[in-house]
Amino acid sequence: MDGMKGEVIKVSGPLVVAKGLTGARMYEMVRVGELGLFGEIIEIKRDEYSIQTYEETEGLGPGQPVVRTGEPLSVELGPGLIRSIYDGIQRPLDVLARDFGEYIVRGTQRPALDRSKIWGFVPVAHTGDTVKGGDILGTVQESALVSHKIMVPPGRMGTVGQIGPVSGNVDTEVAVIEGPDGPFGVTMVQRWPVRDSRPTKRKIAPTQTMTTGQRIIDMFFPIVKGGTACVPGPFGSGKTVVQHQLAKWADAQIVVYVGCGERGNEMTDVLMEFPHLKDPTTGEPLMERTVLIANTSNMPVAAREASVFTGISIAEYFRDMGYSVALMADSTSRWAEAMREISGRLEEMPGEEGYPAYLGSRIAGFYERAGAVICIGSDDRHGAVSIIGAVSPPGGDLSEPVVQTTLRVVKVYWGLDDKLAFARHFPAINWLASYSLYQEIVDSDADDTVDKMWSVNRRRAMTILQKEAELDELVRLVGIDALSLEDRLLMQAARMIREDFLHQNAFDDRDTYTSPRKQFMLLNLILRYYDEIRTGLADGATLDALLKLNVLDEITRAKLIPEDDLERFRSIESDIVNSIRALVW
Amino acid sequence: MGNIIREYRTVKEISGPLMLVDDVEGVTYGELAEIKMEDGSIRRGRVLEVHGKKAMVQVFEGTRGLSPQDVRVKFLAKGMELGMSIDMLGRVFDGSGRPMDDGPAIIPEKYLNVNGNQINPYARDYPNEFIQTGISTIDLLNTLVRGQKLPLFSGSGLPHSRIAAQIARQATVLKTGEKFAVVFAAMGITFEEAEFFIADFRKTGAIERSVLFINLADDPPIERLTLPRMALTTAEFLAFEKDMHVLVILTDITNYCEALREISAARKEVPGRRGYPGYLYTDLSTIYERAGRIKGKKGSITQIPVLTMPEDDKTHPIPDLTGYITEGQIIILRPLHTQGIYPPVDVLPSLSRLKDKGIGVGKTREDHSDVMNQLYAAYAQGKNARELAVILGESALTEEDVLFVKFSDAFEDRFVRQGEYENRTIEESLRIGWELLGMLPPNLLKRVRDEFIERYYPKSS
Repeated sequence: MDGMKGEVIKVSGPLVVAKGLTGARMYEMVRVGELGLFGEIIEIKRDEYSIQTYEETEGLGPGQPVVRTGEPLSVELGPGLIRSIYDGIQRPLDVLARDFGEYIVRGTQRPALDRSKIWGFVPVAHTGDTVKGGDILGTVQESALVSHKIMVPPGRMGTVGQIGPVSGNVDTEVAVIEGPDGPFGVTMVQRWPVRDSRPTKRKIAPTQTMTTGQRIIDMFFPIVKGGTACVPGPFGSGKTVVQHQLAKWADAQIVVYVGCGERGNEMTDVLMEFPHLKDPTTGEPLMERTVLIANTSNMPVAAREASVFTGISIAEYFRDMGYSVALMADSTSRWAEAMREISGRLEEMPGEEGYPAYLGSRIAGFYERAGAVICIGSDDRHGAVSIIGAVSPPGGDLSEPVVQTTLRVVKVYWGLDDKLAFARHFPAINWLASYSLYQEIVDSDADDTVDKMWSVNRRRAMTILQKEAELDELVRLVGIDALSLEDRLLMQAARMIREDFLHQNAFDDRDTYTSPRKQFMLLNLILRYYDEIRTGLADGATLDALLKLNVLDEITRAKLIPEDDLERFRSIESDIVNSIRALVW
Repeated sequence: MGNIIREYRTVKEISGPLMLVDDVEGVTYGELAEIKMEDGSIRRGRVLEVHGKKAMVQVFEGTRGLSPQDVRVKFLAKGMELGMSIDMLGRVFDGSGRPMDDGPAIIPEKYLNVNGNQINPYARDYPNEFIQTGISTIDLLNTLVRGQKLPLFSGSGLPHSRIAAQIARQATVLKTGEKFAVVFAAMGITFEEAEFFIADFRKTGAIERSVLFINLADDPPIERLTLPRMALTTAEFLAFEKDMHVLVILTDITNYCEALREISAARKEVPGRRGYPGYLYTDLSTIYERAGRIKGKKGSITQIPVLTMPEDDKTHPIPDLTGYITEGQIIILRPLHTQGIYPPVDVLPSLSRLKDKGIGVGKTREDHSDVMNQLYAAYAQGKNARELAVILGESALTEEDVLFVKFSDAFEDRFVRQGEYENRTIEESLRIGWELLGMLPPNLLKRVRDEFIERYYPKSS
């Protein structure tokens, strides 16, 4: 075919310009040079095709061949995604390491889904059923936690002809469907162009809480299934630990973790740790529900640009099965920088700080792929994709474009504070600056399911923290002695909320996850103590004695009480009451 | 393209460190070039961009004295490579990788491309082996592990070189049968600084196990761009082919970044913050990410990059972007230095991200984590109280605050401060830590588990 093969005319870093590709489309994939490097067409000017190359371009020069693939950058979707680790363009890193050694070799490719794995397909649909895009034909047990639904590809329809239990690799035909244009076979694998959202029947407003086991998040700044959140913070403030904690403990059925332009060792950490961590609800290893995408900072920037799209397409695919999926992107700033670098090489007119003018629309477009939806298919099942994006603002400066454009679209903001991090207060989420627009949804949910005092307590605790911030200013000016006795008690309560509730050690087995029930009891305990010391003060106990009760130690250690021993909270409560009564008597 | 030697006399433009060669054929991106001058001397360059018949070449030694009419440019059909040999140990090289001591030429075992390849994240092994540097603020509070990249954030006039040298000197405690090497990459530092390191390595005999790459302040700045890559290629060779534990000291990254900015400006690229190119992060990561361990390999690469923060400003793009890539940072603080405390490590904002997996039972000691957290918390509280006392006077402090102020003073004086040749074991650091915690009543030590208080809290004094 004419124009299927062209030649390189210019190479500048990751940007290659080729000619002779007449008929090629924007965002079509090409193979560049003798090594067959992967690239994508991102600009067309007459017969000049600008290509962003996903691999290092050293050794590439004018005259070398460029071959079209006729297809946009696409992912393979099917059984075998779970437990995989891919690079930004869905090359399986484990297989590459096995076949090509410990360094990434250019131009190498292996199928994203392992063809040697055999899956057992169990049909759900029957011969004669009328089906359309999204309908479930059958299931494959992909991992201990995931039953993989084999669906009719979007846009297809017909009557099921042949179907039956079968085992084989992902290319195995599981059903034949008599469509309006003749019969077609359905295998276990679909391809999807990553830059397009997968279709849904319609989006719905999210209503379900996503529990994370992180006290400051669940209690004060909660997120819902299908929601969006961002975690901006300077380096060292613990963005990655927050992301890891959510990937570990969020009650999503599928987790897609995109390491986008970050550290190699962090991905190794996830890879080594997740198989050993148990999901708190099912007891199975967390890896059994996880897909990893690792495009570390030193890997080519163009593939970094693609990595978030690869991730979100995989997330949407699982959503279509009716699952609730959480996607973590660490960090979206690196993604934006990749766009900036490519844009600079294209000599586009820069917007703010050198970022391309389309930065805002790209970021918004990405987060908009999150949401709670009614999936395509006849059964109206619900699915959800939540996105949690880390942002790494230069110098911690929140006024920079990536933070600002992100804040315009996300509903939850967990602002990390390096001052808290220096004081080793983790998670270093600033409780005065952060917000969640899902608060009301979660409050009414938790009031029903956890305790009717949930939202009342939360509001009280937040008021105490805000009051503390005001009093703190005063203390800095005139000293603690200038405060009234009541205010001293409030300062004490606020300190306990901070240290004994908000502070949570991700590296302590007993503290890393707290159920909503225990979160409630813990906060309730502190508030109870506060009520009691106020009564005690009114009844004549001295401030000093109230602030130095032995029972304080018990409250401090209450966060370590095991989930199956929550009765102990009651005994601590009565200890509080008794010890204060003893003071007054 | 093959082996045809392609020599061109078609230099059309020279601008800054860049040269435009026209009518070229078969030139590729990243290719190495030799630039021959009339007098027979040779400079080297690298292709930064090739467009049709035009190639843009960056000249490492600079373009001073070049004239378009005189020079001949030969493209070598390969990227920048460096010959590798175990005999590089004990030798000193210049910024182009040529020996600059009086030793014999190196006979390479093999040639490696200095840009290296990216380690497949799947093939990485997690760094979790404790390295004892003998410096308490690092070992106990910001633990370094093998395969980590932990920079020193410093400022002009601060003793970062002495600290880096002390780490190189002391971080060599090994299990039997292990091999250790230091690769030292000096970019644009002064003769005196370079001499300080060389003399120190000589004095301690470390030079035998060291490979030094030196580009001094008056050497061509563009060489600074390839120098760290040569150093790291050498480190990779020693670590992953010769099973050595390699410590790489890169100093000073600030000079490296300035060289990068110079090239970027010469290419008229759209600048990012403070004139540094938008790809500074990506570029730095291709240096820093070359630290690590690989599954199934015995060796490791640990990096200590040193950078001087302009105006001690941590939000300057160089420390900022570095901090986003490296696994923590050790911050050197001017006020502590002024007080005469060596090493003036600012404990609170310093951080080692990989410490948690390198400490504890079987690695250091069971109480390490708790002691570390408690020292941090107590020191932070003491410093806060001290600030308060500055505004309100000592009398405004509560009894407890006074105690913490005393603690933090003693902490700086006895824990942070140590001799330049004082090599503390982790047990000694822990002992000093407990002595200091002994100044506080046990009920204030909330971050330490009871069992450890019982076992280690100093009994009556």
